[in-house]
Amino acid sequence: MVNDKLIVDKKKFNSRLIVGTGKYKSMVECAKAIKLSGAEIVTVAVRRVNISDKKKPLLMDYIDPKKITYLPNTAGCFNSDEALRTLRLAREIGGWKLVKLEVLGDKKNLFPDMIETLKSTEVLTKEGFRVMVYCNDDPLMAKRLENVGACAIMPLAAPIGSGLGIQNTTNIKIIRSQTKLPLIIDAGLGQASDAAIAMELGCDGVLANTAIAKAKKPFQMALAFRNGVIAGRQSYLAGRIEKSIYGSASSPKTGII
Amino acid sequence: MKKIKKIKIKLNGKFSTINENLSFSIFLKELKIPLKKVAIELNQEIIDKNNLKTIKLKNNDKIEIVHFIGGG
Repeated sequence: MVNDKLIVDKKKFNSRLIVGTGKYKSMVECAKAIKLSGAEIVTVAVRRVNISDKKKPLLMDYIDPKKITYLPNTAGCFNSDEALRTLRLAREIGGWKLVKLEVLGDKKNLFPDMIETLKSTEVLTKEGFRVMVYCNDDPLMAKRLENVGACAIMPLAAPIGSGLGIQNTTNIKIIRSQTKLPLIIDAGLGQASDAAIAMELGCDGVLANTAIAKAKKPFQMALAFRNGVIAGRQSYLAGRIEKSIYGSASSPKTGII
Repeated sequence: MKKIKKIKIKLNGKFSTINENLSFSIFLKELKIPLKKVAIELNQEIIDKNNLKTIKLKNNDKIEIVHFIGGG
């Protein structure tokens, strides 16, 4: 297991769990949860600096971008122009080329607008970005994203923040079978077992935010997700037994008294 | 004494009045913006932070200063 690393854009990571940094009660809580989760990649948002209150704590003061990989995300963007503008600004902050693209299409279910997402992936890739793409669990669109240069496919498990867990395991399996790109389940997980299921399906990693940040005990859930991802990955690598509708006794039939 | 002319700019969505001919770098210094942790747009164009000294702010300029915050 020592050499079993998550590889994204030729960079190696020990942890297969990526965590979001939103929705925590404080920066201190966020930083501690990240530490407990073992995550080495965190998603971050790009927003206006608060000019009137500069005493507000800065994310970079709590989570060191030299130690943890910041993955700028376009959360909250509803069209290609907004997403491109956001990521170009993100690159300007610190030279980040590895980014997460998320172009939403509906304010209620937060499903991705795949037409805008595809368009943005193509433009960003041509501009030299390495784009990890939040997408629907649609194998055809996943293939198209790959064809225009996505560096990781990130299908949703369920609507963002819903906590429903993976709704369409069949599609995830199909996407897994057709791509060698990192496949990372993004959005909709609710508990550690959801992460384990994603890993057992052969995904390369999972991304969780709300499930940890909004758990009754975020630190404990961060740890649970860490273990869930490891358990699921080991289970996948170990290779499960065949399913059968009949029983198969665990004890020998010989020597019965 | 020559009276300094004032100009109106929009900073992160809010109008503000500043002195005319103020350089962008002095303007940001006065705001105590940590330049290494932000990105800056002037009229929807990203500004190379090395060039701030050469830019003079003009009337109706729209400035956006962004940074990273917690997000999913």
